[in-house]
Amino acid sequence: MQKKLILDQDLLEITISRLCYQLIENHNDFSNSAILGLQPRGKYVADRVKAKLELLLNKEIRLGYLDTTFHRDDFRRRKFPKAANETMMPFLIEDRDIVLVDDVLYTGRSVRAALDAMISYGRPRSVELLVLVDRKYSRDLPIQPNYIGKSVNTIHTQRVKVEWREQGRKNDNIWLFDNLETQ
Amino acid sequence: MTQLSVPHLLGTKNLTLDDFHLIFETADNFKEVINRPIKKVPSLRDITIANVFFENSTRTRISFELAEKRLSADTVNFSSTTSSVKKGETLLDTINNILAMKVDMIVMRHASPGAPHFIAKHIDARVINAGDGTHEHPTQALLDTFSIRERYKSFEGLKVAIIGDILHSRVALSNIFALNKLGAEVMVCGPNTLLPKYISSLGVKVELDVFKALQWCDVANVLRIQLERQQIKYFPSLREYSIYYGINKRMLDKLDKEITIMHPGPINRGVELASDVADSEHSIILDQVENGVAIRMAVLYLLAGAKA
Repeated sequence: MQKKLILDQDLLEITISRLCYQLIENHNDFSNSAILGLQPRGKYVADRVKAKLELLLNKEIRLGYLDTTFHRDDFRRRKFPKAANETMMPFLIEDRDIVLVDDVLYTGRSVRAALDAMISYGRPRSVELLVLVDRKYSRDLPIQPNYIGKSVNTIHTQRVKVEWREQGRKNDNIWLFDNLETQ
Repeated sequence: MTQLSVPHLLGTKNLTLDDFHLIFETADNFKEVINRPIKKVPSLRDITIANVFFENSTRTRISFELAEKRLSADTVNFSSTTSSVKKGETLLDTINNILAMKVDMIVMRHASPGAPHFIAKHIDARVINAGDGTHEHPTQALLDTFSIRERYKSFEGLKVAIIGDILHSRVALSNIFALNKLGAEVMVCGPNTLLPKYISSLGVKVELDVFKALQWCDVANVLRIQLERQQIKYFPSLREYSIYYGINKRMLDKLDKEITIMHPGPINRGVELASDVADSEHSIILDQVENGVAIRMAVLYLLAGAKA
């Protein structure tokens, strides 16, 4: 099985820093903004972004986790239903500027479900999308990210896998696998 | 695992420990959903569910209906008192006629034990038992154990007393199966005439003195006297029952510990439970009702999500 390293630990940190500076450009001091990590893996990116932003802005940044399982459009079309994860929404979404954060953007269907799930909590003033890896030319829906860590050209048989230290890995790494098996 | 080991929910007896944990974890998420400003998710929008009730029900029926609506399912309600069952239609014919209208799931309550099992064998749709006679009431046991889990986190070493009319209670049987599997210790308590003869063979302790049962337990699940199922007299009078088996605040104050009081409803206030207990801080009766919707959403979601 062929695999290629897209981002290693050092590059990942630089990338997160860059994304944070881009966020600050648009959101200033984040007084009306909040980060919403998409469960299950977007939360790791969101945690990193929050930590970096807090370092840069020297203030607490609002962070939530959003689970999209019950809003997915592939329910009853998969062999097993997907396991749900915790949603944590410690702030009001009404009239806020929300940054949705996920690890990999592929077909756009998870983000569609996330938009749907998020609206259940209220009407945000604006919504943006930040992804660590954008798999270009693979969208099923008209969804594009505002902030991109790295863009990659992939074909459907390839898989992007993000490994985090929080998951017990030695280093943060992002891999591109050449066939469907990622393990 | 994200799939139940069973295609239908007929009882807690045939659920595995993994099934319980999967249902609880899914219900945790649905509990969060029903506390959102918009309490609806679109998961079951292409599913039609028939609530087929051959017996009276308030809580269970409303709870199932709300759970179905929160999941965006289409629902039809059937009540035997206003249906053609009165004209002599058989159970299977009735169900098959409902299914012919493209219904995907059946939630059924019936006075005869085993009725949902019979139906599940003969039809394609998923069946959920919402109470079959004196046999099982799995979603009630699931919401009871879910409520206990919420308060105590673990079942290991936890002592649960089920007090009242054990003989006629489907809630008792489903709770015993569930609690045994989850690792809690179970005691049943009631007058001798209302305890099934071989109940101890299910691995439960038997106690006749309600105060001793309260002293032993961490959680007391108090059951209603099911007069509608009692063909003969099992005790001289309700007044006498309430004197010997009714639980009041004075009794709880005499205990050297705090216990939790549960009741599946409907409560006969002043019979099995005095108002000062039912409305006290010991009682989690209304939490049980709230959790009922989350548990039923979880069960519906997991059963509907599995491909046939």
